Amino acid sequence: MKVENFSERRLEIDGWPVNLTTYQIGEVFHCRADNVSPGAGLARTTGATREEAEEKAVARARELLSRTRRREV
Amino acid sequence: MADYAHPEALVSTDWVAQHANDANVRVVEVDVDTNAYKEGHIPGAIAWSWTTQLSDTVRRDILNKHQFEKLMSESGISNDTTVVLYGDNNNWFAAWAFWEMKMYGHKDVRIMNGGRKKWLAEGREVSTSEPSIAPATYRAVGPDNSLRAFLDQVQAALAARSHHMVDVRSPQEFTGEILAPPGLPETCQRGGHIPHARNIPWSKAVNEDGTFKSAEELKALYAAEGVDGSKPVIAYCRIGERSSHTWFVLKYLLGFDRVQNYDGSWTEWGNLVGAPVERGASAAKTA
Repeated sequence: MKVENFSERRLEIDGWPVNLTTYQIGEVFHCRADNVSPGAGLARTTGATREEAEEKAVARARELLSRTRRREV
Repeated sequence: MADYAHPEALVSTDWVAQHANDANVRVVEVDVDTNAYKEGHIPGAIAWSWTTQLSDTVRRDILNKHQFEKLMSESGISNDTTVVLYGDNNNWFAAWAFWEMKMYGHKDVRIMNGGRKKWLAEGREVSTSEPSIAPATYRAVGPDNSLRAFLDQVQAALAARSHHMVDVRSPQEFTGEILAPPGLPETCQRGGHIPHARNIPWSKAVNEDGTFKSAEELKALYAAEGVDGSKPVIAYCRIGERSSHTWFVLKYLLGFDRVQNYDGSWTEWGNLVGAPVERGASAAKTA
């Protein structure tokens, strides 16, 4: 199988930049969300459509990012 | 890749597409876990999990020599196999595997420039089946601890100001604004950085597509922070995988002789009782 429909886009969740990488392998869409800086993976999801895979990834990323505390320096 | 000090340590996605199934080549996808591999991987590639296969799962350490030999043998890797590593997160964990393989003396190990993301972005062929591997015989040497910095060495280097200390985490981790990358669990008691360290995030060494910047650009990047190879370098991050990436850049792409990866990193230093910590932006550049 070849990878199809690869795309990347950036959005902001709870004040944090998030990168969504989405692609299709066979009939399945895969989405990976990372936190841009430093680029660590937050979620890896699948769906029958791009939208479904991305919605799941955004929901999981939001859940994790909401726990991150900023401190004064 | 010709301008790099060791261009033989890098291969392109094109090269891998042509050689992945050569008899003496073993392609390995390395990640913090192997879920990405299960989605689809380079045909013929095997997977290593950083968490369970490249680290001792009982004490915090790299594999011992016996464990390393066992992993190589089970992976069908002999001492003369050409090993090509790639992975997610812009090759962070692939770089760790490269570092660990060099510690145990493997001669021909290479990193696929751009990692998993570039392979996917190029719309290349992937497979979901795992190849069957015939075990091989492997004899490791070492470990070569000159490639690794332990806590006492970092403390001594700090006291003597004998090394360039490079913190490759994000600026927010460096200053202490956050204790772990956004969305990840906090794994330290204190935020900040080792005094006098320079903050040169790993990501500055790569282009948008994940490939490494040119030798000229890399040299300028580190030189701008005073890291020019005139002193030994210790690279660190949070758990040692991002700093493996920078270790690879400094040692194999720029050719600095004395580069150590402090894999204890901030999860060690930031939990130490009494360790000196600097918060906020770094002070003046070290000489």
